[in-house]
Amino acid sequence: MSLLKLEKVEVHYGGIRAVKGIDLTVEKGELVCLIGANGAGKTTTLRAITGLAHATGRIEYEGEQIAGKKSHEIARLGLALVPEGRGVFPQLTIDENLAMGAYMRRDAPAVAHDVERVFSLFPRLKERRGQTAGTMSGGEQQMLAIGRALMSRPRLLLLDEPSMGLAPIMVEKIFEVIRLIAAEGVTMLLVEQNAKLALEASHRAYVLESGLVTISGEASKLLGDPQVRSAYLGE
Amino acid sequence: MDTFLQQIVNGLTVGSVYAVVALGYTMVYGIVQLINFAHGEVVMIGCMVAFSVILALAPTGLPPFIIVGAGIAVAVPACMVVGYAVERVAYRPLRNAPRLAPLITAIGISIVLQHLALLVWSRNFIAFPQIIELKLFHFGSSDTSASISNIQVAIILTSVAMMAGLLWLVYRTRLGIAMRATSQNPQVAGLMGIDVNRVISSTFVIGAGLGAVAGAMVGTYYGIAHYQMGFLLGLKAFSAAVLGGIGNLGGAVLGGILMGLIESLGAGYVGDFTNVCFLDKFLPGFGEVCAASPESSLFGSNYKDVYAFIVLILVLVFRPSGLLGERVGDRA
Ligand SMILES: Nc1ncnc2c1ncn2[C@@H]1O[C@H](COP(=O)(O)OP(=O)(O)OP(=O)(O)O)[C@@H](O)[C@H]1O
Ligand SMILES: [Mg+2]
Repeated sequence: MSLLKLEKVEVHYGGIRAVKGIDLTVEKGELVCLIGANGAGKTTTLRAITGLAHATGRIEYEGEQIAGKKSHEIARLGLALVPEGRGVFPQLTIDENLAMGAYMRRDAPAVAHDVERVFSLFPRLKERRGQTAGTMSGGEQQMLAIGRALMSRPRLLLLDEPSMGLAPIMVEKIFEVIRLIAAEGVTMLLVEQNAKLALEASHRAYVLESGLVTISGEASKLLGDPQVRSAYLGE
Repeated sequence: MDTFLQQIVNGLTVGSVYAVVALGYTMVYGIVQLINFAHGEVVMIGCMVAFSVILALAPTGLPPFIIVGAGIAVAVPACMVVGYAVERVAYRPLRNAPRLAPLITAIGISIVLQHLALLVWSRNFIAFPQIIELKLFHFGSSDTSASISNIQVAIILTSVAMMAGLLWLVYRTRLGIAMRATSQNPQVAGLMGIDVNRVISSTFVIGAGLGAVAGAMVGTYYGIAHYQMGFLLGLKAFSAAVLGGIGNLGGAVLGGILMGLIESLGAGYVGDFTNVCFLDKFLPGFGEVCAASPESSLFGSNYKDVYAFIVLILVLVFRPSGLLGERVGDRA
């Protein structure tokens, strides 16, 4: 059984069909990426999975239909989203943002341990732990958003363009962490504009074009696919 | 000097009540960006329920603080139920509607609550029974010096305790952090596993509970309750919340206290400052009136209700974000 399975998922915004019936699976332990041009429907797909957008069709998590559930109910099943634009709580401190990530957990000692782990992944956050998130740089906020998502110990982590708007060195740092988390066995669905980096890090990939999956398969195969190379790798 | 000190004491007393009511407005605004105009009516219901209990217990001869305490103990859950129901029935269905819809609904709800109170408690004024023996503590040696009464002390202490309790709740508890997260980004709060609807309900319930105590206090202080009392009290507390910066807890406290002081000092001095002989020194045309009746003034202390609105207008014109508010009041 797949950890996540989408079947004929559609999302409408008013009269606009943003996602037009996509099928997608994520197996346990996999890193799957979803690439596509601006407006292809990547964010909308992640919003549908996390209950932020109303979807029709089947969205199964561990075999259970979750389409139609509220986002806090879905979060409680072990899904975490690093949203597009980071979505940190601007007036909460770094510590408080991380505590929010662990909101569902009651095991204080393990939470404290995980905070330290996030700080070891992103030492920068530790230096600024008392600072409010809204006053941090974009890159620092992205680290915080990822750290906060990890604080829930997710069984499926969804990331929406974690490299957006970051300097190359920061992008490299974020991907390093993504590979590290993947190696620890966290299942991930990664949405990226930076197709090359995403494909290199992933096991499998889907290409989304105007709300439809057009190409899918092994990430290494897609890296060699002439169509993908010309459309998404700028060759 | 005695008048001044006395007005300060009176101002602090009503100001602390305004502050507690203002917290109810500001909490709800902070979390759903809605002016809950029905909050004044919730305060009125708190006062009415407390009075009903107090009147029923008055003949028993129990100690007054137990009787008043029992009134409050019944009023608080009653108002919490009302606050919960108002949110659930009237506001939640409009969560994603244009801003004007919940605002108009809020006004509608306050009319409904007023008339429910009219049905239950009639249109008569209800007097507080004579159970508390008023004790005055004078600041000076003479009996005419400024004083503070035992009721005033109790009101100020209770208000301070509630404000401290609320700050503790918001900044130190799990529910509090969920409230702050929800007010900053409800969608992401949901992603953290927070049941946003429950947090919003809790906010209304807590605000209503504070309002109930405030209603009981204001009724005890003035010794009178009426089904329309919530309107003016609500508007003043709302103005206080705007003065402090709506959405800001510290602002509501500051705004409430300032509003009480402004109102009290205004009422105390408006007669002196609009006295015809006083005006005659600066303005032409008052000489004759001054000679005829030197004691008369243009405005008396019965104009005290005007100050809240003058303050509201001045704040909206010159500093719409309020004293402690960061964002400009474009949301209201
Ligand atoms: N709230 C909304 N209301 C109406 N249309 C929307 C809304 N959100 C997204 N859309 C539309 O749905 C389509 C898909 O948007 P989506 O945000 O999913 O794209 P995306 O693949 O994430 O793009 P990007 O790479 O730019 O983030 C777009 O045409 C967009 O304009
Ligand atoms: Mg997007």
